[in-house]
Amino acid sequence: MTDLLSNFWVVLGLKVLIVALVVPAIALGFIFAELKISAHMQSRIGPYFAGGRWGWAQPLADGVKFLQKEDLIPRDADRPVFKAAPAMMLMSAFAVLVIIPFGPRVIVRDLDVGIFYAIAVSSFATIAVLMAGWSSANKYSLIGGLRAGAQLIAYELPLILAVVGVVIHAGTMSMGGIVAAQAEPLFHLGEVGIALPYILQGHIIGFGIFMVAALAELNRTPFDLPFAEQELVMGYLTEYSGLRFTMFFLAEYVGMFSMAAIASTLFLGGYYVPGVPTAMLDFIGPLVLLGKATLLVFVMIWLRWTFPRMRQDQLQVLAWKWLVPLGLINLLVIATFKVVF
Amino acid sequence: MTDQHLTAMHHSEVKVSVELETPEMTLNLGPQHPSTHGVLRLVAKVDGEVITEVDPVIGYMHRGYEKLAEVRTYPQITALVNRIDWVSGFANEIPFMVATERLLELEVPPRAQYIRLVLTEMARISSHLVFMSSFPLELGAATPLMHALRERERVLDLIEGVTGGRFHPNFNRVGGVKPAYGGGSSTKKMSQDLPAGFFDDTKAAMTKVEQVCDDMVNLVLGNEIFHQRTKGVGIIPKDKALEYGVSGPNLRASGVGFDLRQTGDYLPYADLDFEVPIGVNGDSYDRYWVRLEEIRQSARIVVQAIDGMPSGELQAKVPRIIKVPKGEIYVRAENPKGEMGYFVVSEGGRGPYRLKIRSASFSNLSVLPWLLPGHVIPDLIAILGSLDFVLGDVDR
Repeated sequence: MTDLLSNFWVVLGLKVLIVALVVPAIALGFIFAELKISAHMQSRIGPYFAGGRWGWAQPLADGVKFLQKEDLIPRDADRPVFKAAPAMMLMSAFAVLVIIPFGPRVIVRDLDVGIFYAIAVSSFATIAVLMAGWSSANKYSLIGGLRAGAQLIAYELPLILAVVGVVIHAGTMSMGGIVAAQAEPLFHLGEVGIALPYILQGHIIGFGIFMVAALAELNRTPFDLPFAEQELVMGYLTEYSGLRFTMFFLAEYVGMFSMAAIASTLFLGGYYVPGVPTAMLDFIGPLVLLGKATLLVFVMIWLRWTFPRMRQDQLQVLAWKWLVPLGLINLLVIATFKVVF
Repeated sequence: MTDQHLTAMHHSEVKVSVELETPEMTLNLGPQHPSTHGVLRLVAKVDGEVITEVDPVIGYMHRGYEKLAEVRTYPQITALVNRIDWVSGFANEIPFMVATERLLELEVPPRAQYIRLVLTEMARISSHLVFMSSFPLELGAATPLMHALRERERVLDLIEGVTGGRFHPNFNRVGGVKPAYGGGSSTKKMSQDLPAGFFDDTKAAMTKVEQVCDDMVNLVLGNEIFHQRTKGVGIIPKDKALEYGVSGPNLRASGVGFDLRQTGDYLPYADLDFEVPIGVNGDSYDRYWVRLEEIRQSARIVVQAIDGMPSGELQAKVPRIIKVPKGEIYVRAENPKGEMGYFVVSEGGRGPYRLKIRSASFSNLSVLPWLLPGHVIPDLIAILGSLDFVLGDVDR
């Protein structure tokens, strides 16, 4: 038994299985939260029938409904690309989860280049969107896909600038390492060492830039131009139906979770709780991280149901004229502090 | 690249910027599209996302009301006309009824006139609340929709309480209004008047309506992204607005203070105190602001009219079979969407010989081919939303 558990491949397989099962459940939870929260913001009741109490089974019911829908592929569509796009989207959303530390040992792989890997892999989502938009043989899809491409180029840079600040501060790109760096006591009050998350160590601007850029990467309101239901029908999703649409939909919420989890890890201290022994952190850590991520996801939902959508040129102005210079200045300040102190 | 460019590149050190050639794309919006309010079709030529040319195709909802009216009697036509602009059904009936009454030289009792006025203003409030909800939705904000429609439902409930219908009241009669039912008491006298508690309910609803206007100011008008998306977008200058026959709130947003409620005499607006909000720039933001203020003014009018509601008959003495003497008349009124007019030609029969309907949305839409080129697709949607048209009102 111990032999089996110390086998690298067995453990990896188990971890992947757990992530692959638990994270969609979390995503379903977020979908339900979005249904209910948006309902309360709009003075509605929201789902109340499916599953009995509070309509908790509504996301599941929606999923089952989508499974029954006809899988429609437009005649002129580029079939292989059209079919590959949702799989690619889902893959990119799940692949990011590999490096998210839920506890000191509860992590699929603590890669040395963890955050670098996360940014690289999450960019695949945009390629998937481009593929979907291009292959659908629909003008609305095409415009939506190209908007997503332009958006990625604009917002990848501020996102990376915000992350680089943290990497410089922590001195490592490993996600576990970044949490460990935040867990180290900054100063001592008598016997007690006080550790602060990076957001309280002067990374507040970086956190803001990261969240705005993450919203844009996720195509959430106010940056949901690639969908833009009122303009582009459903953007690159226009021609998708049934299971393929469900895959995009699930990927969006998994993506929200992974972005929120990365933000919590980088800026909010991740799974770390002061005063809890390391052995216990493996059990409490996942809940702590989930709590922090849920808070950020709530903010995303809140923004979505409050703001109108921006226009493409305004989006670019925000990225290039505000976020990038701000990110550079932020980076300069952090690097200076790192060198001086 | 032209030959000229090539030679320029050959013979000089100066960099020549050669513009990338992009083919124009024809984008067909509608008749089935989320933002065309029904079945408007726009054939737009776009260069990237910039619109170079736009051609509105209308007529998908043509129901032939002008022709139908020729085979209906005057009382029957009320049922037709309140389906023209279904968002403010009651207001459509007024100009037609006034036209008929003027041909008949009837004097409408003051109480009937006031009830008409109250319900017209309620129709205006409900129509503008639909705009308050749909315009932010077109910019991507879904929440104002629910808040505005919630209060609209209160107003529609009141209209339903008096007339029996939410959208299509069919409440006007030649020479007055239909006796209302639901008086609460079974006595004949009560059953012929407004429903019990109507005055108090209306005042409460008007307070709620003004509250939702404040909510809209906080939620929509105060939003930075909303400012960016609407200010300076779709500017209709004064002269162009007049040239294209734009009317109603769209005209007033362009800075023309023209309101038939002030100048016309089709309803007793002269007795009441209200202001006409006038915009400055004529952009989408002003069109939203003007309508928001109009809701407040309408609520003011309703409360005043209820306080000063005269008592008396609901309908003038009319024969059972109404035959309108020979003649022709044009009556226009300030409807929520703009100026609505009916040109009635009577040959002395029970129905009109010819009825011409001047609907506001049709003229308001006619500005689109001039207005849209040069804007990008998101602005197209914003401008369409800000013009506040109803396809039934365009196609009739």
